[in-house]
Amino acid sequence: MNLLVAQAQTIEAPEIDYGAIAPLLVVLGAACISVLLEALLPKHQRWAVQLVLTLVTLVGATGALILYATSERPEQGVATLAGAIAVDSPSLFLWATLLVLGFGSVLLMADRSVEPGGAFVAQAAIRPGTIQDRAQATKTGMQTEIFPLTLFALGGMMTFVASNDLLTMFIALEVLSLPLYLLCGLARRRRLLSQEAAVKYFLLGAFASAFFLYGVALLYGYAGSVKLSAIATAAGGTDRSDTLLFAGFGLLVVGLLFKAAVGPFHAWTPDVYQGAPTPVTAFMAACTKVAAFGGILRVLTVAFENTQWEWRGVLYGVAVVSMVIGAVLGLTQTDVKRMIAYSSVAHAGFLLIGSIALTPEGDAPGVSATMFYLLAYGFTTIAAFGIVSLVRNSDGEATHLSQWAGLAKRSPIVAGVFTFLLLALAGIPLTSGFIGKFVVFSAAIDAGLTPLVVIALVASAVAAFFYLRVIVLMYFSDPAPDGPTVTVPGAFTTIAITLGAVVTLVLGLWPTFVLDWAGTGTFLS
Amino acid sequence: MSWVLIALMVVPLVGALVVAFLRKNDRTAKLAALAISLVELVLAVLLWTAYDPDGERIQLASGVDWIPAFGVRLSFGIDGIALVMIAVIALLIPLVIGAGWAEKLPAGRSQGGYLALILVQEAVTVAVFAATDVFLFYVLFEVMLIPMYFLIGGYGGARRQYAAVKFFLYSFLGGLIMLASAIGAYAMASDELGKGTFDWATLVTVVRDADSTTQTWLFLGFFLAFAIKAPLVPFHTWLPDAAAEAPIGVTVIVVGILDKVGTFGMLRYLLPMFPEASKNLAPFVLVLAVAGVLYGSLLATGQRDMKRFLAYVSIAHFGFIALGIFSFTSQAGVGSVSYMLNHSISTGMLILVIGMVIARGGSSQISDYGGMSKVAPLLAGMLLLSGLTTLSLPGTNSFVSEFLVLIGSFPTQPVFTIIATVGMVLAALYVLWLYQRIMTGPLRGDALIGAAAGPGAVGDPERKTAIGDLTKREIAVLAPLVVIVLALGFYPQPVLDVITPTVGATLTEVGVTDPVTVQEGK
Repeated sequence: MNLLVAQAQTIEAPEIDYGAIAPLLVVLGAACISVLLEALLPKHQRWAVQLVLTLVTLVGATGALILYATSERPEQGVATLAGAIAVDSPSLFLWATLLVLGFGSVLLMADRSVEPGGAFVAQAAIRPGTIQDRAQATKTGMQTEIFPLTLFALGGMMTFVASNDLLTMFIALEVLSLPLYLLCGLARRRRLLSQEAAVKYFLLGAFASAFFLYGVALLYGYAGSVKLSAIATAAGGTDRSDTLLFAGFGLLVVGLLFKAAVGPFHAWTPDVYQGAPTPVTAFMAACTKVAAFGGILRVLTVAFENTQWEWRGVLYGVAVVSMVIGAVLGLTQTDVKRMIAYSSVAHAGFLLIGSIALTPEGDAPGVSATMFYLLAYGFTTIAAFGIVSLVRNSDGEATHLSQWAGLAKRSPIVAGVFTFLLLALAGIPLTSGFIGKFVVFSAAIDAGLTPLVVIALVASAVAAFFYLRVIVLMYFSDPAPDGPTVTVPGAFTTIAITLGAVVTLVLGLWPTFVLDWAGTGTFLS
Repeated sequence: MSWVLIALMVVPLVGALVVAFLRKNDRTAKLAALAISLVELVLAVLLWTAYDPDGERIQLASGVDWIPAFGVRLSFGIDGIALVMIAVIALLIPLVIGAGWAEKLPAGRSQGGYLALILVQEAVTVAVFAATDVFLFYVLFEVMLIPMYFLIGGYGGARRQYAAVKFFLYSFLGGLIMLASAIGAYAMASDELGKGTFDWATLVTVVRDADSTTQTWLFLGFFLAFAIKAPLVPFHTWLPDAAAEAPIGVTVIVVGILDKVGTFGMLRYLLPMFPEASKNLAPFVLVLAVAGVLYGSLLATGQRDMKRFLAYVSIAHFGFIALGIFSFTSQAGVGSVSYMLNHSISTGMLILVIGMVIARGGSSQISDYGGMSKVAPLLAGMLLLSGLTTLSLPGTNSFVSEFLVLIGSFPTQPVFTIIATVGMVLAALYVLWLYQRIMTGPLRGDALIGAAAGPGAVGDPERKTAIGDLTKREIAVLAPLVVIVLALGFYPQPVLDVITPTVGATLTEVGVTDPVTVQEGK
């Protein structure tokens, strides 16, 4: 007993740099308040209050972030909460990216004009296909729990990209994943598809988390610590078991690649993207991608930089597989959402190229390039899914490609914006997609990955075909007589699409500001 | 005077915006587009007078930073070759607009949209020739595809979707591979200079000294893009489809202008940047070039469709151009560049005339025509003249260039030159046979006397038919071309004067001595 007391006295509360983690605290704190509101407010008030709270939170967190980023802070960043969270330049950039992309996604979620009542189910507990279910589809209410869930997911993502040890990273992974599983199952229409997507995502995600955790355990066995920097130190020339290191690394990376939807760990992506409510798909495609690659970048550059020669070949292969799967299977898709899902698998391959672009001298030219790519891709995707949500028939969204034929004749503006976004996804110059590819590829060539870049370029050309196919359909085909209508979007969706498209254009023309910002600092090690 | 060059790019862009807003009124849109393209022509004349043939390598240069992080600049400037190409664009676009005045667009399409795309295409293409930053060149090289994609896909024939996508993907893939090479060159420059740059002149000085393996790889990256664009056999298959499906004015732009970016790129980028690799790989390129001459000529002879015929004629001509470029003599080089110009003019004229034939008969199948000179003698004359300049008859503009290419290539590449000469003979065959089938003999063919008359039926030229001779508008479109064809045939000196110093500078950059010049020096 005395011993325990003595031990307890030696444990001191860790120092907390509240300024640095303020954005995180704002988001997670607001998420808790949001849950309370859900419990206390009468139903008819919830939507408005929750929406205002969420948007104010995101703006406030961004404000706190800007305040901290522009204040006097250590250039290499700080590790706070006993070294569990590292707030360095990449963290700040990724946080800002997550917050603005989250803002765009929340706008899409909040929209109730496109689908009366919003894209989410009015009462999740009603069984799909029943009479009550058909009644709920026409009601205007929705499950407002999506707002706290989104905030929690966002908080988890922000923690994930800043976590400086693997256990924190695991917890953040769970915090970001669990709300997403739920969100996937809350579609108002085609609920069975939506619930199937949620279950698939949950089961496979649980597997991936187990892989991740097993990897953490093995790495702990190897290094005696879960801190990223300690793993790096341990790997820097010792006689410890390489088996533990590489088995641990492999399992850990599988978990991360799963979240990032990198092929061959992408199997869930098309189903989930198709089944989930479109605003949630946008949120996942943009923000989860940022979080997962933020984590991958940090783990690879901080913990495993000095063993890069051992693992680089493997991830090289994974990147190739991902690009090929994304580009080739994308060609065969007939559903817009599945097509964008495969496109995201191909993009994950490009992003992985940036993530493994480390030079022998220990520079990581790929970090800033990958972060820029993530930001650019996120905005383009959100806007693209925003447009997908507008093309509807009596049955909900008309996502089958044949239904998009001749869309340009009926609504030239929507078709024009979507064409622009597709060209950005294809990486055509004067869009942010091109600049993103360019910076990633030049970083990779810098790091001696030229053959990989050539493969990536060929994959881009193949992928361009399925984007072009949609453009062909919209412009050069005759519309079907009973084709879908294009809903005139309400303010929220309009803002989200405009934001995405404008950023895509501006980053394509004047990328300098963001490029400079992405390149300001390196990971804290 | 560098503002003229900038204006050449800005005017059509702004014009396109204006024209796009005139979608409701076709006539106003056409007038506005024509006016803008004429302003462009005046600007091009100004540009020509501002250019000093004996001045610096790149003239009328201007630029601002674009992406400082990568040393990318928006910088423009011209040399003699770029000047000639910009001039020919400015010349052809008003003619294209004039020739398409009465053309019917597919249902639901407006003249405003079509002409706006043509003007955008003009602006971007001028910019491609004027760019002096390799990154900027790449960007424009790809952006150039977008208006053309919509022109073919939106306004073309029955298989337009297929043709548009094929055109886009071929060029896009080539461009991407070129991008890899450009980044490679950039990486070399940043190693060597400590700071990356895409400036063409700087990259030339850095990359030209690279070891030959590196040069070879970088060369191949650029070469693929240009070989697809030019197009050289076996990278040519997109061109017949694009040319056949595009509306006739767009075919003029594809064949007459866009393709020249490929050969222009060879002269501006391949030779100066990779002199070592250019010399080592020249035999390989020459094989493709000569194969193109023979293959293009033979397939042109066998074509049943007039628009596909045009594409194969061009493939043959591009073989000649590439032969001249990779023979590394100043005569052949000058010949090639003037061939680029003359090909635009004579093939452009041939396409426009064939367009007029098709507009009358409503079919592009050669077998649907026959004896047309009976009802349209002027049109027949124009087809004959444009055909003769295409086969390089002495006294027409193309003769000068083809002659220069052959005589210039012979000292260094006698075998290839002799084989290529066969192409001249075939040219006479395919052109005259085309003329003979369409224009001579009794009036016949489904397109001219109607399918109802049955096979082998012969029409009566005295009877009134719907087929008329050239209208005043058509004469106005063709007259300037006739003048230029004959003027440059007899007095090509003004053009050669502009080209020669640039070609000389290019060959100096490659570091080859000119066997012919040495003889003259003795």
